[in-house]
Amino acid sequence: METYLGEKQQASQWSPYINNGGSCLAVAGEDFAVIASDTRMSLGYSIKTRYSTKYLKITEKCSIVSSGMQADIFTLHKVLKSRAQIYEQKHGKPMSTDAVAKLVSRLLYYRRFFPYYTFNIVAGIDDEGVGCVFSYDAIGTLERVKYSASGSGSSLIEPVLDNQVALKNRNDIKKEDYKLTKENAIDLVKDAITSAGERDIYTGDFVEISIIDINGTHEDKFELRFD
Amino acid sequence: MFRTQYDSDISIYSPEGRLYQIEYAMQAVAQGSTALGLKSKTHAVVVTLMRSSDELSSHQRKIFKVDGHMGIAISGLTADARVLLKFMRNETLHHKFVYGSDLPTGEVVSSLAMKSQRNTQRWGRRPYGVGLLVIGYDGGKTHLYQTSPSGNCFSYYAQAIGSRSQSARTYLEKNFKAFPELGLEELVLHGVKALKESSGKETLTKLNVGIAVVGKEQKFEILKPNKVQTYLDQILQTEGEIEIENENENEKDEEAETLELKLD
Repeated sequence: METYLGEKQQASQWSPYINNGGSCLAVAGEDFAVIASDTRMSLGYSIKTRYSTKYLKITEKCSIVSSGMQADIFTLHKVLKSRAQIYEQKHGKPMSTDAVAKLVSRLLYYRRFFPYYTFNIVAGIDDEGVGCVFSYDAIGTLERVKYSASGSGSSLIEPVLDNQVALKNRNDIKKEDYKLTKENAIDLVKDAITSAGERDIYTGDFVEISIIDINGTHEDKFELRFD
Repeated sequence: MFRTQYDSDISIYSPEGRLYQIEYAMQAVAQGSTALGLKSKTHAVVVTLMRSSDELSSHQRKIFKVDGHMGIAISGLTADARVLLKFMRNETLHHKFVYGSDLPTGEVVSSLAMKSQRNTQRWGRRPYGVGLLVIGYDGGKTHLYQTSPSGNCFSYYAQAIGSRSQSARTYLEKNFKAFPELGLEELVLHGVKALKESSGKETLTKLNVGIAVVGKEQKFEILKPNKVQTYLDQILQTEGEIEIENENENEKDEEAETLELKLD
């Protein structure tokens, strides 16, 4: 609509997307992976629920966490779960982590022109038993990395992981001497998401953390701040 | 016999009101090797005898998982069974995706019965030449169903299908009253004993016996050969002990079997 000065004013158009907030992260080690997400679901400045899961265990060796719009996360996870079962029925064995990663990428790109508003991280053990993390954008760009964070707290978490896992910008430690142990990684992930919960209003309530290694997946839960 | 006049097409009734093509299809089921199922209040079990056509080939699989809470044992044309299995897997997965819960066993079996019946009344189609024993655990109860090429399906406490299944059925008829209260181990043992009745001259080994279980806090699982062997060992043990006592009983069983063959 035009104002009396002749400039066009944009009426706010309806958008099919909303952001329900929340943070997710994952770290890969030599023979394990740690993956975590908070459970707070927000809308604007309100909390819709303190427990809405963003985590899905796909196989014993592979899990996914997603941040963004809860409706799309829920649907994507449903589709992924069904696809994993179809694969297992067809091939007689569970999907490898690489296969899951590729499948997620394809499922996302399939919706290239009406994307899932999800920012996903897939983590697990690859076929050689090495820990791996895959990060995505909303339309399925796939990259294998050593660690990743997504969601409202990602800008608070990612630099911490840069410093502690990739040892960037550190003068006090040599890369060759450093090895990330499972206990260190778990503590790091817990601390990182707890710190995000301190400053990011959309991160809080509970965290679902999962440790994946050759023996399978061990799931755990702990509390964050409720404010 | 007179029936050859009325058996050339599925759409022809005999004067006695029988559809011979369907009965011939059920014969295909009876030609397959034995599959039997039994259930208690908490578990349902299928036990099968897996044939191998010769020493070089593998044993024909007869047990398949449909979903976490349901599985089937087949007897008859394996290729037809694959089609029905795919159908069942699709139905259960679709239900899980849409409603977020396990599809009740009875509902799948009903859909399967409808599907089977369609093939008995359609131009150019033939009945599926396979009988299924469907076991499942849902709604807090165990289920055992038999489906047949005719499209009939029934629920059973215990049932056996395939060749020489009558011997197994006799054993099950004798013992089924005790089944509801049994634990998993004893239930499987009964199943294996029943299979032994219909195994004839074939020795039961961990390679040609298939066992699968489902139940409360037990997802559908096909037992590994080593686990199967533990049950076979238990049977052999008790057999050795009561061999002398049951000599007379065995003779009676052999007589019954010879009678069966004559009726064919």
